[in-house]
Amino acid sequence: MNKKSSYQLMQGNEAAAEGALAAGVSFFAGYPITPSTEIAEILADRLPANGGKFIQMEDEIGSIAAIIGASIGGCKALTATSGPGFSLMQENLGFACLAEIPLVIVNVMRGGPSTGMPTSPSQGDVMQARWGTHGDHPIIVLTPSSVEEAFHYTVKAVNFAEKYRNPVIVLMDEVIGHMRARVSLPPESMVERVNRVQPNMPPEWYLPYERSATGVAPMASFGDGYRYHVTGLVHDAKGFPTANPNESRDNIRGLFTKIERGFRELCIVDYEQMDDAEHAIVAYGCMVLSARSALEQLRSSGRKVGLIKLGTLWPFPRFALEHYLPQLKTILVPELNMGQIYREVLRVNAGKAVIEKLNRVNGTIITPNEIVKTVKGMTR
Amino acid sequence: MISNSQLVNKYFRHNKKFPHIWCPGCGIGTILGNMLRAIDALALDKNDIAFVSGIGCTGRAPVYVDFNTLHTTHGRALPFATGLKLARPELKVLVATGDGDATAIGGNHLIHACRRNIDITTIIFNNYIYGMTGGQYSPTTPHGDKASTCKLGNIERPFNISQLVEAAGATFVGRTTSYHTLQLQNIIKKAILHKGFSVVEVITHCPTTYGRINKKGNAVDMLKWQKEVAIDKSRADKMEPKELEGKIVTGILIEKQLPEFCEQYDNIIEAAQNLKNSKPGGSK
Ligand SMILES: Cc1ncc(C[n+]2csc(CCOP(=O)(O)OP(=O)(O)O)c2C)c(N)n1
Ligand code: SF4
Repeated sequence: MNKKSSYQLMQGNEAAAEGALAAGVSFFAGYPITPSTEIAEILADRLPANGGKFIQMEDEIGSIAAIIGASIGGCKALTATSGPGFSLMQENLGFACLAEIPLVIVNVMRGGPSTGMPTSPSQGDVMQARWGTHGDHPIIVLTPSSVEEAFHYTVKAVNFAEKYRNPVIVLMDEVIGHMRARVSLPPESMVERVNRVQPNMPPEWYLPYERSATGVAPMASFGDGYRYHVTGLVHDAKGFPTANPNESRDNIRGLFTKIERGFRELCIVDYEQMDDAEHAIVAYGCMVLSARSALEQLRSSGRKVGLIKLGTLWPFPRFALEHYLPQLKTILVPELNMGQIYREVLRVNAGKAVIEKLNRVNGTIITPNEIVKTVKGMTR
Repeated sequence: MISNSQLVNKYFRHNKKFPHIWCPGCGIGTILGNMLRAIDALALDKNDIAFVSGIGCTGRAPVYVDFNTLHTTHGRALPFATGLKLARPELKVLVATGDGDATAIGGNHLIHACRRNIDITTIIFNNYIYGMTGGQYSPTTPHGDKASTCKLGNIERPFNISQLVEAAGATFVGRTTSYHTLQLQNIIKKAILHKGFSVVEVITHCPTTYGRINKKGNAVDMLKWQKEVAIDKSRADKMEPKELEGKIVTGILIEKQLPEFCEQYDNIIEAAQNLKNSKPGGSK
């Protein structure tokens, strides 16, 4: 790649694939599904050309299983899917959470449930991304709201996965996935790459799940001389199954501790015109595009409205709201679902500002005018 | 040949709390022990072995042995192993899976791994039952036999695993029993050396569930049964189908050379790189 960043026309799915490559992803396993398929197609071409590996599995259960296997082998590994495939991945996603395997799932959301609306935009998987797999577990979920962010957030997702030894989900909506935009991507040398910490002690001293000061244990790759055990059973610091209450507690709580320690770094939030805002729109994904254009109209009609743009959905960046709550009279949460982040906002708000939701589940987006109208109604 | 105490010393984990979870008389330990003898005979480096399993009594095998070990989810050992093998082709990847794990919940992965011919050795511990969950019928429970979920007799017809994987394209298929330990070692050795997807079906016994509910006697009785029904392929080939009824043909049933998946993928990498370099300005 040339040194200077150059302008290119590309769609969000393409940008996510470029982000994966720039972050050093060398392994992809997947199963085709609209509206994510372009990611698989691009990586099927590009990975082998870069010495990486691509495999089309028999289903999405196999896809996530294969990227877990590859990650244990030392690769940065990624898969891409949409609702039905994401549902199939849930059990093994839990495995990756408990066994602390770095990996990235790009879920380009479609309308659901079930086969739903395969080619229509939706943001219906916010809660599934959080709680889709069984049991208590932390998760990291990023959501780009532009084509360029699809690149940058995929890079970040890979880096977070490596740093925290945790699965990371990039939740894209179909609008961002298929939207074409002129983007300027940084040259590869300018892209930050984080690699998982590898053990450097003699193998007989290695404890694969003993947390260092960061809350994360170094991860050896299979074949590198550290022979250890990986399991989906609750385990001790050696990785061996345990039923000991203290060891079990340490295992599960440790998963949360490492994410809590990284909370600030993991939370990507942007603020637009919030300094003097009395009214906020909280938006993510394609809803940011509508909200931004609504914002202009509302400001020109003299209303003090700002935008809180969530780049991270989980862990939920509660401080972003808390910081502005004292100055806010109203908050509007437009979403292409029945109100999944709305409930988080409601929880953090704890009765302080007036909150409304604006929801759409018919396969079309919420327009700027609808947001303008709703905010005007709220700020009358 | 390696003595038992040497075997234990060399291959069992010293930092793992024993005892193991298996019932007295269970056939799983015998198969594991003979897998280790096969590995020892081949003088493989422990660092180069990845031992992957699914869920079930069989799925517990890897935790006890000193390799790179991966205990996955129910039925999914093969796709985990596929990702690992493709990422690290230099590893010898062995999979331990029960009959339910391999042919019920994991049936789809099994046939596709066969078709792909990826260089993985899969040992299927066929005890005709779901042992771990207490003896429900599996896809290999014989017609008419009992299980906790078919106490009046199984009305489903069983899979013949070896035929299934042969039809799905496995390039090496061996079958034996946990009674025939030398044959077991031998077949596992050849399966490991085989370049491509190899399946070793081992007929074994679960005295606790299948044995008890079907009144098959104790572990020794069940081993005797294995001895009696097994018939070596060399003899079976000369017999009429009628004579083979109720028998289990053992030995190496299929052995053929076809292009292996990881090696073919290396060719893809080479072709993709040539294509990239031949494009004007195409170093991207
Ligand atoms: C998704 C899922 N479904 C069900 C189970 C429960 N389960 C655990 S082991 C098992 C059956 C194991 O039988 P088999 O594969 O024949 O192995 P064996 O225990 O006989 O060695 C089942 C159904 C599970 N762990 N995961
Ligand atoms: S239940 Fe059956 S298969 Fe499981 S350990 Fe006991 S004897 Fe072996």
